Amino acid sequence: WLRLWNLTWFWFDESFILFVAYFSTMSAKLSALHSDSYVEVSQYRDQHFKGNRKEQEKLLNQSNTLYVGNLSFYTTEEQVHELFSKSGDVKRIIIGLDKVKKTACGFCFVEYYARGDAEHAMRFINGTRLDDRIIRTDWDAGFKEGRQYGRGKSGGQVRDEYRQDYDPARGGYGKLAQQHPPVESRNTY
Amino acid sequence: MSRRRHSDENDGGQAHKRRRTSEPIEIEDRLESLICRVGEKSTSSLESNLEGLAGVLEADLPNYKNKILRILCAVARLLPEKLTVYTTLVGLLNARNYNFGGEFVEAMIRQLKETLKNNLYNEAVYLVRFLSDLVNCHVIAAPSMVAMFENFVSVTQEEDVPQVRSDWFVYVVLSCLPWVGKELYEKKDVEMDRLLSQIEGYLKRRVKTHVQMLQVWTAEKPHPQEEYLDCLWAQIQKLKKDRWQERHILRPYIAFDSVLCEALQHNLPPFTPPGHMPDAQYPMPRVVFRMFDYTDAPEGPVMPGSHSVERFVIEENLHCIIKTHWKERKTCAAQLLSYPGKNKIPLNYHIVEVIFGELFQLPTPPHIDVLYTTLLIELCKLQPGSLPQVLAQATEMLYMRLDTMNTTCIDRLINWFSHHLSNFQFRWSWDDWADCLTVDLEKPKPKFVKEVLEKSMRLSYHQRIVDIVPPTFSVLIPAEPIFIYKYLDETASTLPGYQLSITLGNAIKNRATNEEILTILKEVPNPNQEDDDDEGESFNPLKIDVFLQTLLHLAAKSFSHSFSALAKFHEILKTLADSDEGKLHTLKVIYEVWRNHPQMIAVLVDKMIRTQIVDCAAVANWLFSQDMAHEFTRLYIWEILHSTIRKMNKHVQKIQKELEEAKDKLEKQQLKRRDSGDDEDMDKNSEDEDGQLEEQIERLQEKVESAQSEQKNLFLVIFQRFIMLLTEHLVRCETGSVDISTPWYKNCVDRLQQIFLMHHVTIQQYMGTLENLLFTAELDHHILAVYQQFCALQL
Repeated sequence: WLRLWNLTWFWFDESFILFVAYFSTMSAKLSALHSDSYVEVSQYRDQHFKGNRKEQEKLLNQSNTLYVGNLSFYTTEEQVHELFSKSGDVKRIIIGLDKVKKTACGFCFVEYYARGDAEHAMRFINGTRLDDRIIRTDWDAGFKEGRQYGRGKSGGQVRDEYRQDYDPARGGYGKLAQQHPPVESRNTY
Repeated sequence: MSRRRHSDENDGGQAHKRRRTSEPIEIEDRLESLICRVGEKSTSSLESNLEGLAGVLEADLPNYKNKILRILCAVARLLPEKLTVYTTLVGLLNARNYNFGGEFVEAMIRQLKETLKNNLYNEAVYLVRFLSDLVNCHVIAAPSMVAMFENFVSVTQEEDVPQVRSDWFVYVVLSCLPWVGKELYEKKDVEMDRLLSQIEGYLKRRVKTHVQMLQVWTAEKPHPQEEYLDCLWAQIQKLKKDRWQERHILRPYIAFDSVLCEALQHNLPPFTPPGHMPDAQYPMPRVVFRMFDYTDAPEGPVMPGSHSVERFVIEENLHCIIKTHWKERKTCAAQLLSYPGKNKIPLNYHIVEVIFGELFQLPTPPHIDVLYTTLLIELCKLQPGSLPQVLAQATEMLYMRLDTMNTTCIDRLINWFSHHLSNFQFRWSWDDWADCLTVDLEKPKPKFVKEVLEKSMRLSYHQRIVDIVPPTFSVLIPAEPIFIYKYLDETASTLPGYQLSITLGNAIKNRATNEEILTILKEVPNPNQEDDDDEGESFNPLKIDVFLQTLLHLAAKSFSHSFSALAKFHEILKTLADSDEGKLHTLKVIYEVWRNHPQMIAVLVDKMIRTQIVDCAAVANWLFSQDMAHEFTRLYIWEILHSTIRKMNKHVQKIQKELEEAKDKLEKQQLKRRDSGDDEDMDKNSEDEDGQLEEQIERLQEKVESAQSEQKNLFLVIFQRFIMLLTEHLVRCETGSVDISTPWYKNCVDRLQQIFLMHHVTIQQYMGTLENLLFTAELDHHILAVYQQFCALQL
C-alpha cells in the first residue's frame, strides 16, 4: 500500500494535481459553509520558479500579488489601476512586456498592500471585463526582475506563439500561424 | 515540462496517514454535508428528504450526538434563509427522541448567550427566530417563548441605556412574529396584546434624530424612506389585522403535523437579557430601502406592499442569502434566483431592490462595493432575457430621482454604473437623458452623467467616450488627460523659471546626481525674499515649481514613470517641501500640471503621503484651499480626501498593533520565566531582555500617541474647514436674502455628513474634543444638526 502511494508521488506532475484535488474535496466538505473557491490557488505553477514546490506553495498562499492575463496589448497601467483599485489600495503594477520589442504583450502583475484586498480581486474582478476582454487573475509567488518579460520564442507570451485564432488586440494571428499560413492559401492563385 | 522528482517530500506519507485514520472524520463530514445540503434542489420532495435525514441522524445519535448538535446549532446561526427547513428537522428529531430535543434547546440557549456576549447581534436574531419557529414544530412550549419575549421587551424599561440597546430587543421580538405570531396569539393572546402595547409605547417615545442621516433620498415620494423599526411595526400591525394569516413563508412542518403534534414540548429556561456593558456594540439603526412598488412590475405576479409582512420576509431572506454566499458569486446568484416561492412574486425586482439597498446603505454597505457590480453581472448572465431589463428600469428610476439623492449614494451609483457599462461595451441610451443638458451643469443630473463619463474614461480611453455619447453630450465629456507643462516652449521664455527648466530637464535626462541637481537649484531666485539667505533653504515656490513641473513632465508617460521619478528624487522633493507652505505648494503644482488627469493627481498624492513628502493635514488644507474651490464638488476631490483619512487610520492601527504585539511578547516572556523557575544565572539575561522590550514598548507608546495626535489634528482641520465654508455661505445667503439651498450647499452638507459616516469608528474617539472645540451651541443650527444627527446614531 505504501509503495503504491510512493509510486503515484513519483509519477507525472498530473498526479500531483490529482493529489491536490483529493485534498480540496476533503476540505470543501469540512467547511461546507465557508466555501471560497475563487480565492483558491489554481493548478498552474510557474516552471521558472527558483525554489522547491513547498516554497512555491507557501509564497502563493501568502501572496499579495496577482498575475493578470488575457489583457489587450493596448490596455494601459492606468486602466489596470482603476479597475483593480476597486478591491483595495494597489501598491504597484508591472505591465508585462515583449522581451524583444519591450512593448506590452498582454499580461501584468498587480501587487496589493494587503492580501485581503487581493482576495477580493480574485472574488470580484477575476472573470470580468477590462477593455472589453474577460481577464483572468491568478495568485503569483511575487514579482522578481525578469518576470515582466514574455517567455515565448518570438518575445511575447507563450500562448501567443500557438494561438490559431485572429485576435486584433493581441497582434492578430498567433506567431506560428503567422509564419506558417494554412496550406490552402499558398495554393490559391 | 520536465518530470519532477519529489523524493525529499514527505507529504505523500502524510496523505497516507490521513487515509488510514479518516473513517470517523469521513462520517462527520458526511453528516455535515447531508445537513447543509438538505432543502436544496433534489429529485425527491423536501418532505421525503427531511424524513430520510431525520432517520439517518436518529440512528447516528448514539455515536455522534455532540457533532450533530454542533452542526444543527451552526446551521441555525449561519443559514437563516433555510430556517424552517431546519426547525422541521429538529421537530422530527425531537418527536423521535425527546432528550435530544431538550439538549438541542439547551445548546441553543448557550449559543445565544455566547453570541450576545460577543456582540454578534445579527446572528443572535437568527437564533431567537429559530427558537420561536420551534414553537411551530412542537419542540418549545408557546408560553415559555412568550415569557422570553416578555423579558426582552422589559429592556425598554431600563434607564440610562443606549437607545440602540432597547431597539435591538424590540426588533428581535417583532421580527419573530411573522413566523410564530399566529401560534403565540392562539395560546397567549392576552400576554401578546400586552407585549405589543408595551412595544407601541416604546416606539412612540423613541428619538429619531438619526433617520435623516441614513436616508438615501430626502424626498418622501414616491417611496418614504422609513426607519426600520417603524416599518416593521407597521408590517406587524397589518399582520395582526389580517389575524396573523401569513402565506409566504415555506413551512415544511405543516406536512408533518400529525407526527409533530404527538411530540412532547420543552420549556425554554427563563432567559434574562444580559445587562448593558459599556463596550457593547449594538447594531446601528437603519432605513428601509424601497425603490419599487406594485406599479413597477409590468406583468406577472404583483409585488407585495411596503407594509406587508411578505415584503419583510422576502427582503430578510434575500439579505441572508447574500450574507451566506457573498464569497461565491455564482452560487449567490443561483441561490437568489431559486428563492422558494419565486413564482408568486416579481423576484427579479426584489433582488434588484435588495442589492441596491445594500449598495446604498448608510453609513456603509455590508459588503465591498465591487461585489454588487459583479453579482448583478452574474444575475444578468443567468437571466439574460429578463434581469437586464429590470436593471435598466432601475437605473432609469435612480437617474430620475438624483435631485434628492444623498451625495454619498450618488458616488456609489456613479462607480457602479460606469463599471457595469464597461462590462457591456458602454451600451446605453444616452439620448433618453438629454434633459440633463438643459439645466445648470452643477445640478445633480448633468453632474452625474459627467462623473460617469469620467469614470468610464478611466476604464477605457478618451476617444472611446467621444464615440459612445451623442454629439449633444460633448459638453459633459471629460478633458483629454494630458499634462500641462508651463515651460513647454519658447512662448514661455518670459517666465522666470524657463531657462532653469531647460537646464534641469537636460540634467535629469543626463542622469545628474542629486548633488548636481541641488547645485542647479541653488541658482533659483526666491520671489518671496528680498535678500537671499546663504543656504537658500527657506520656502521657495519657484524652486518647487520649476523642479516639479520639469520632473513630472519628463515622467508623464505613465504612473510607473512618475513613481520612479518621485523615488529617484525623493530627497530633493522632501527638502523642497520641508515646510507647511512647501507641502501646500507642491500639491498646488501637481494640480496645475495634471488638472486634466484627476486619476494621476490621486495616485501622485497617495505616493507622496506614503513616502512622507507631504502629510495628511497638508492634503486636507490643500483640498479646502481657495485655489481648489472650483473643483470642490468633483468626485475625485472626495476620493482623495477619504483615501488620505484611511491612510492616516491604517497608520495608527499599524503602530497600535505593533505596540500590542510587543506588550504580548513581554507578558509571554515574563510568564515563561515564572513557570520555568529561574536559575540564578538566567536572571541577568532575562532582565536585559525585559529591559529591551520595555524600552521598545515605551518608544511604541510614544509613536502611538504621536500618530493619534496627528490623526485628531487631521479631523480637526477637516471639520474646521467645513464649518468655515458653510458658515460663510449661510451668512452670505442671509445678508443677500437668498435661499441657502444651492447645489453647492447640498453637496457640501452631504460631504460633511459623509466624513462622519465613513469614519465613524475613528471619530468616536474624539467626540469630546469635537464637541468642546468645534460643534458648540454657537454654531449655526444647520451645521450643528449634522453633528447632532451623527451623535444620535449611537444613542
